[in-house]
Amino acid sequence: MAAYDVSLDRRSVLKGAGALVVSIVLPGPAARAAPATAILRPPSPSQLDSYLSIAEDGRVTAFFGKMDMGQGVDISIAQIVADELDVDFEQVSVVMGDTARTVNQGGGSGSTGIERGGVPLRNAAAEARRLLLDLGSEALGVPSDRLATLDGAVFDRNDASRRVDYRELIGGRHFDVKLEWNGSYGNGLIASGMAEPKSPADYKIVGRPFPRRDLPDIVMGTHEYVVDVKVPGMLHARVIRPPAAGSVPVSVDESSVDHIPTARVVREGDYLAVVAEREWDAVRASQQLAVEWSESAAAFPDMDELYDHIREAPVVRESAGGGRASDIAPDIEAFNAALGTADRVVEAEYEFPFQSHASMGPACAVCDVREDSATLWSGSQKPHYAAQGVARLLGIPEDNVRAIWVTGPGSYGRNDAGDAAMDAALISRATGRPVRVQGMRHEGSGWDPKAPASVHQVRAGLDARGNVVAYSFRSKGFSAGDVESNESNPSHTYAGLVSGWPLAAVHRFANPADRYELPQKLRYWQTIAPLYSGASPLRTAHLRDPLGPQMHFASESFMDELSVAAGADPIEFRLRYLGDTRDADVLRAAAERYDWQSRPSGATGRSGDVLTGRGVAYTRRNNSVVAVIAEVDVFTATGRIWPRRFVVASDQGIVMNPLWLRRTLEGNVIHATSRALFEEVRFSNDNVTSVDWLSYPILEMADAPEEIDIVLVDRPELPPYGAGEPSTRTITPAIANAVFDATGIRLRRAPFTRERMRDALRSGT
Amino acid sequence: MATITLTVDGSEHTIDADAAMPLLYALRDDLGLNNPRFGCGLAQCGACTVLIDGQPIRSCVTPVGAAQGAITTLQGLATDGEPHPVQQAFIDEQAAFCGYCINGWILYAVELLERNDNPSDAELRQAFAGLKCRCGAHSAILRAVKRAAGDIRSRRA
Repeated sequence: MAAYDVSLDRRSVLKGAGALVVSIVLPGPAARAAPATAILRPPSPSQLDSYLSIAEDGRVTAFFGKMDMGQGVDISIAQIVADELDVDFEQVSVVMGDTARTVNQGGGSGSTGIERGGVPLRNAAAEARRLLLDLGSEALGVPSDRLATLDGAVFDRNDASRRVDYRELIGGRHFDVKLEWNGSYGNGLIASGMAEPKSPADYKIVGRPFPRRDLPDIVMGTHEYVVDVKVPGMLHARVIRPPAAGSVPVSVDESSVDHIPTARVVREGDYLAVVAEREWDAVRASQQLAVEWSESAAAFPDMDELYDHIREAPVVRESAGGGRASDIAPDIEAFNAALGTADRVVEAEYEFPFQSHASMGPACAVCDVREDSATLWSGSQKPHYAAQGVARLLGIPEDNVRAIWVTGPGSYGRNDAGDAAMDAALISRATGRPVRVQGMRHEGSGWDPKAPASVHQVRAGLDARGNVVAYSFRSKGFSAGDVESNESNPSHTYAGLVSGWPLAAVHRFANPADRYELPQKLRYWQTIAPLYSGASPLRTAHLRDPLGPQMHFASESFMDELSVAAGADPIEFRLRYLGDTRDADVLRAAAERYDWQSRPSGATGRSGDVLTGRGVAYTRRNNSVVAVIAEVDVFTATGRIWPRRFVVASDQGIVMNPLWLRRTLEGNVIHATSRALFEEVRFSNDNVTSVDWLSYPILEMADAPEEIDIVLVDRPELPPYGAGEPSTRTITPAIANAVFDATGIRLRRAPFTRERMRDALRSGT
Repeated sequence: MATITLTVDGSEHTIDADAAMPLLYALRDDLGLNNPRFGCGLAQCGACTVLIDGQPIRSCVTPVGAAQGAITTLQGLATDGEPHPVQQAFIDEQAAFCGYCINGWILYAVELLERNDNPSDAELRQAFAGLKCRCGAHSAILRAVKRAAGDIRSRRA
């Protein structure tokens, strides 16, 4: 990865009509030596040049205001631009996640990288092509309606020898053309020109498989991660977190680290860190610093009473609507009236634990704070918002902070990267030096914001023929957003909270996403207060497919329970309520690939040491539809569940890059299988006790599936929708349903550990 | 502090360091190598793996004073810039997401295929016990290592 000359004011360059594009790529160390004092302004969302440039050699650079977490989003952005612009795919490179070079398109967020992030890039490239046709018309003396574009050139359709390359028309210069901008930043940002983008029928590059461009460097050991960023004069730092939530330092014996060369203590109120010139000395100092801590201010319930706590805690917010919308009161009376007509009532309750991002490495950030400005290198998914957060923390203007995204050690939502950014900024200000901070393992697992724990109560009435007459789904749990995924508020970070920013928890949850047309379908959610309202290791935030695994474990397990009660095949039962939809098509595609034989779940003979079953689940996420069939082996002696085979059918609109779409789906299946089988944050009465890979086990190779068979349902007539997360939510219920099919045991508490499965097999429930 | 000589990717380096310091910090800070990475500091994940005399070790828990032998890092696997067959197979199979964990997978695979160029599925899974990948590249990694095994066998044939 290259770094950039931070002294460049990109907007002033863009303002100059026809100005030469200055080469702003410099070798890393040299660039980082450049003063960070220059005030950098982000590119304007309403300038075509903010989204792409064509260099003197004809190479195209796309400026993308999101990032890629290893799913190949940038590759699809290059495909989009290459197709709209009629240039070779290899001619397009993508710059992303640098606030000085890209507009704020929201960063990595909600699987919108291509679906939303691609829109302004597509429009800008289409507009650039329109302008190139105009320029070509002038240069060739041919009316533009007689011209066409191909391979980076404009040519006369009547005489292909009359042609002019893009680089001759615009190479090295700016278009200096305005786009219509909708005034939004983030995921909702749209900018468009006068040109109409191409019809998908004309795509030549979209839809083809392309490998990732960063992967060779990753494999060769030369890819730069945020942990590798080095800035001249940089100190290494470690944050000293309390042994219990809400404990604050009463006294700090700074002499306890006197024997460690260059080590010193940084204290800002209750915020405590150590710094040293060498990383190992900072690590040692963090381990040896003698601190007397106050009593914990937290009083977490006993872990085995977590779900009772959720059931009994007062409701803070209740709504039948979406999490961010205003409240909609659930119509419980109408549901009860319909339920009263039922022949039979089926009900069940499902429980889902806190889960950790537990990223592969603890988060790291480097920050260089100067008098009135700062530069941040971060693995955060949302560098634009992280820059705003740092500016607020430091009390300096937003435009004076530049954030540069560099690949982090794993990225699955609002993990500890958002906290590390603020840590680095705070410690850099305190020491007057650039600071690199990285957590230790116990911080990466123990102190990252968690996915919330929840309880889901589902009830339905069936008539005599086994048809649903009333359906109710209630979620009750911790809010999904003690920590907002957008990192612009220091209140949403450990450093902010400890240094005096108030908790700004947002109460929200959601309802399952499906298209079942059930009569009297009532769904609502209730949130409860956080267990501790300070800098808690159980603060909640977005983890891959936020709330998806929780809610759909319940909703799709319950559909299976209903199908059993109705004596129906679980796929046929679902299709009753899906009509003629994309949803039904995806479910059928999975069934066909699996060679699904119609029968109710659990209707198999059981004998032997290994019981085998199949389970299905279907979900939506926004506009994407996924159906999964899991085939599991249950080992009766040990309780081990091995999901040996998955069939995944996925419709996310038009397929952009089938290679990385398949990889992305595969990654989600495995990540979600880990969460379904192994992952549960453990805690004591005042702290999280899942602090490493032994106390927070995740899936290892032994339990990886034998086969993940993916059916891509291509919808070339539709726009591209998100695929980064949607399949995640489908996995837990598919496994649970397969376990029921294999054993007759209904698992209603995640994760499905060996101990739980073994106990259930012994007790027979 | 002790004066310690390390042989890394074919070059000798002499550093002054606390002999108890984990090798990882010597490689990263003293030698400026980036590719071994801190994941856990507890030998539980493999992100810091390097080979010493061909054997994979966790540099996060190996004292630098005890790091005797020829150390090979992921970067040092290549020959004149040409990827090792295992590296090539990981590229061909596109077997990484964030890739932060990649040192462990590739270096354990190199060691396994040195002694067994036709491992069964069970042997592969066993060889990778104790390695972590948080993004879920496991299936792609299995495909890559099987492909590398085939490549190595055909080179030896």
